[in-house]
Amino acid sequence: MRKTWDIHGGIHPAENKTQSLQSPLGSVPLAPELVLPLNQHIGKPALPLVAEGEQVLKGQLIARADGPISANLHAPTSGIIQSIEDRALPHPSGGSGPCIIIASDGNDTWTELEPCADFESADRNLLLDKIRAAGIAGMGGAGFPTAIKLNPRGNLTIDTLILNGTECEPYITADDILMQTRADEVIAGAMLLRHMLGNPEQVLIGVEDNKPDAIKALNDALATADNKAIEVVPFPTKYPSGGEKQLVQILTGREVPAGKLPADVGVVCQNVGSTVAAYRAVRFGEPLVSRITTVVGEALETQRNIEVPLGTPIGHVLQHHGFNASKVARLIMGGPMMGFTLETANVPVVKTTNCILAPSAKEMPEPPPAQACIRCGMCAEVCPANLLPQQLFWYSMAEDLEKLEAHNIADCIECGACSYVCPSNIPLVQYYRASKGTIRQHAIDKEKSDRSRARFEFRQVRMEKAEAEKEAKRKARKLAAEAAKKKMAAKQAAGVDKPKVEKADVLASAIAQAKSQDLSPEDQLAKLERAANSARSRLEKTHARAAAAEGEKKDAILARVKDAELKVQDTERKLAKFIEQTQSASAAEASTDKQEDVESPEKQPAAEPDAASAAIEKAKVKAAAQASMTPAEKLQQQLDSLKTRVEKARARLEKAEADNDENVEAFRTGLEKMQAKYEKLTLEQTNSQNDG
Amino acid sequence: MIELISQHPIVAALIAMVGLSLIFGAVLGFAAVKFKVEGDPIVEQIDALLPQTQCGQCGHPGCKPYAQGIANGEPINKCPPGGQVTINAIADLLDVEAPTLDEEHGEESEVQTVAYIREDECIGCTKCIQACPMDAILGAAKQMHTVIIDECTGCDLCVEPCPVDCIDMVPVESTLGDWKWDLPPRSENGTTDIIASDKVQLPEAHS
Repeated sequence: MRKTWDIHGGIHPAENKTQSLQSPLGSVPLAPELVLPLNQHIGKPALPLVAEGEQVLKGQLIARADGPISANLHAPTSGIIQSIEDRALPHPSGGSGPCIIIASDGNDTWTELEPCADFESADRNLLLDKIRAAGIAGMGGAGFPTAIKLNPRGNLTIDTLILNGTECEPYITADDILMQTRADEVIAGAMLLRHMLGNPEQVLIGVEDNKPDAIKALNDALATADNKAIEVVPFPTKYPSGGEKQLVQILTGREVPAGKLPADVGVVCQNVGSTVAAYRAVRFGEPLVSRITTVVGEALETQRNIEVPLGTPIGHVLQHHGFNASKVARLIMGGPMMGFTLETANVPVVKTTNCILAPSAKEMPEPPPAQACIRCGMCAEVCPANLLPQQLFWYSMAEDLEKLEAHNIADCIECGACSYVCPSNIPLVQYYRASKGTIRQHAIDKEKSDRSRARFEFRQVRMEKAEAEKEAKRKARKLAAEAAKKKMAAKQAAGVDKPKVEKADVLASAIAQAKSQDLSPEDQLAKLERAANSARSRLEKTHARAAAAEGEKKDAILARVKDAELKVQDTERKLAKFIEQTQSASAAEASTDKQEDVESPEKQPAAEPDAASAAIEKAKVKAAAQASMTPAEKLQQQLDSLKTRVEKARARLEKAEADNDENVEAFRTGLEKMQAKYEKLTLEQTNSQNDG
Repeated sequence: MIELISQHPIVAALIAMVGLSLIFGAVLGFAAVKFKVEGDPIVEQIDALLPQTQCGQCGHPGCKPYAQGIANGEPINKCPPGGQVTINAIADLLDVEAPTLDEEHGEESEVQTVAYIREDECIGCTKCIQACPMDAILGAAKQMHTVIIDECTGCDLCVEPCPVDCIDMVPVESTLGDWKWDLPPRSENGTTDIIASDKVQLPEAHS
C-alpha cells in the first residue's frame, strides 16, 4: 500500500453518509421550467447568445464565456427560451442575477454532438478547446473553470495528477456514487487528463477509506484498463482532507506554499466529477448539462443521489423527494460544514451544487449562543492550514486588517473545523469570512484610490501646463506689443518733426495728445469705426434672425439682439468720445496757433463723421478771423474763448463726476490742460501789455 | 609614535577623538546627501490613507493639500468620505487619539454614490467637466455629457455647477461580485447568555 502523509489538525464529525447511499442513483422528472444563471462559476458571467422565444436543443450553446476565466453555458434540455431575466440565485447573499429561463418541451432532444473516440492521439490543445467549450467548472463546489487548471503555465512541469474523490464533508455522497457507478469513466477520464498534461509520472485517485465500495469499483475498472501509472490511494478519513492543498499534502507530502497553486509544486488536482464531465465532453462531445447531486436530510422521505439537469429548481427536486416543509429547519446548499443557507427553494441547481440538505431541527439545531473565548486553543489544534484561529478571531473583532494579513488569514480555507470544536460556540469561520471580504474590499478601494490619485495628479499637471502655455503666449504678445509701440514712437518722432518744419499741422497736436495711447488717432478712429460697423451689422443680422426665429429660440435670440444693441451703443459712445477728444484737442491747438495755415482737412480720415469736420470748419473760420486781428486783440479773444471753454469743461467734469462717468479722468486731464493754457495766455497778455 | 602616545596620553586621546569625530562626521554628511529623502514622507503616508475623492469638503483643494495640512497640525477629523475608518487610520499613524468626525464638514454617508447625468436634460455646457477633479466626465461643448462610473469618486463637486440640475448622486449598486459576509452579530450589552433560561429563544423550543 502506498505511503500517505497526514495533515495538521482536522476533525471527525458524524459522517451521515449512509442515508443517501441506501438507494441507487436516481433522477427526477424534467422540470417544466429550467433557470440557468449566467454565472455558475468563478469569474465573469457568460454572455447570452439566445433571444427570447428561440427554440433550443439539449446541449446547444446558449451563453458563451466572457474572457479566459469564465465558462460556456448549454441548454440542459430542449425547449423554448422563455426569457432572460433576474432570478434568485443559489448564493449566500440571497441576491438575484441574470438567468436564462428555458421552458422545456419535454422531448429532451439532443443537438448534434461531435464524439472523439481516439483522444489518446489527439492534439492536447484541441482537447483543451473541447473541454473549455463544454463549459466545465470545478464540480467539487468551488466552480473554477476546469480548462484553466489543465493548462498550467509553460514553465511548470507537472509530475503528478491527483483526482479528488475524497468527499470529506458529512452527508455528501455524490462523488461516492459517481465512482461506484461510473468507475470506468473515472479511469478513462484519468487517462484523458494524463494525456493532456503531458503524461505525468503518477496519477493518484485519492479516496477516503470510508468509501470501500467506490475504492473497489475503481480498482476493478483499473484492472481492466491496465494502466500502470494510475493508482487508487485510500487514506484515513478526516475532515477536511478534501481541500485541494490538504489532499496534495496527504498524497504527495508536498506542501503548497501560501499564495501559490498546486501546479507550483508539480501537481494538478481535479475533482472526479469534473474528470468524468471532461471525459464525456471529449469522448461523446457532451457539454456539461447535468450533474449528480445528493438530496438528503430528515425533512425528506427519500434520501438519495440523483442525476439532475442543471437549472432544475430546487423546489422541484424537493417535491419529488417527499419534502416536509413543517419539519425542515433550513435549506442548505452544499454540506453542513461549508454549505450556505438558502433563503428560498426557488433557486436552481447549478454546476457546483453537490448537495441539497434539508435537515430537521433535531438533526441540525440552531447553534447555541456564542460565549466568550476562553483561549483553550482547540481551534489552533484542528486548523488544517496551521493558522492561529484564536488570534484571527481577536483581530477580526477589532477589524485589525493588517494584523489579520500578518497572520495569513488568506490561507484560511473556511473549512469550519475551528467553529466545530469551539467549546464557546463562537462562529469563528463567519468572522474570517467577513474579514476576508473586508480585506478584499479594502484592496479594491485602495486600488481605486490610487488610480484616483494618479488621475487627479495628472489633471493637476495638465492644468498647470495649460496655464503655463497661456502665460507664455501672453508674454509673447506683450513683448510684440512693446516692440510695435517702440517702432511707432520712433516713426512718430520722425513724423511729428516734419510738419513742424514744413507747415503747422492742426492734427499734429491731436496726434501728440493721442500719444498717451498706443495707437495713432487715425488707427484708433479706424478701429473704433470698424468695431461700430461690425457691431451694427451684427445687430442687423440678429434682428433678421429674430424675425425669422420662432418659439423658444426667439427669446434667446431676442436676448442676443439686446446684447448686440448694447454693444453698438457702447461702440458708438466710444467713437463719439474719441472724436470729441480729437476735436477738442484740435480746436484748442487751432485757437492758440499763430499760423494761418490751417487747411489740412484732407489729412482728416475720409471716414471722419460730420461732427468732426464741422468742428474743424469752425476752427478754420476762427483761425481766419484771428488772422485779420491785431496780436493784442487776438490774444484777448483767445483768452475769452478759452475762459468760456474752461467753464464749460468744468461743468462737464462736475456732471461727469456726479454721474460717476467712466470718462471722468479724461475730462479732468482735459480741464487741467486747458487751465494751464489759460494761465499761460494770461501771462503772455500781461507781458505784452507791459511791453506795450 | 608609540613614544608620543605613551608620553602624552591626553594629547593622543584628544587626537584620536577628534580624528574619529571627523571620520564619522564625513560619513554622516555623505549619507545625508546621498540618501536625502525628497518631500515630506509623513505627508505621503497621510495622503495614502485619505480616500482620494478630492472633494474639498475638508476645505482644501484636494487630498494631498489636506495631508499637508494635517502634517502641519490641522485636526484629522475633517474628511467625511473617509469617515471614522480613515480617522482611525490617521490617528494610528500619527499616534494620537482618534476624534470623531467633525460634522461641520459633512456627514459620513452610509452608501457609496456616483454621479449620474440625466442625459436628456444635459445641455452640454461643460461646467461639470471643469468641476470634476477626476476627469471622470466625458463630453464636449453642446454635446451630451456622461459619467465614467468606474472613475467617479462620488465627490459631489459636479452637482452644484450644473445649470439645469441634471446630475444626481445615485448609490452604487452592489453586485454578487462585491458581496461579502457580515461579521456575526454581537450581543448588544456585551454579556453572553449562559444560563439555561436564556436558551428559550432556540427554535426547538417553538417548533
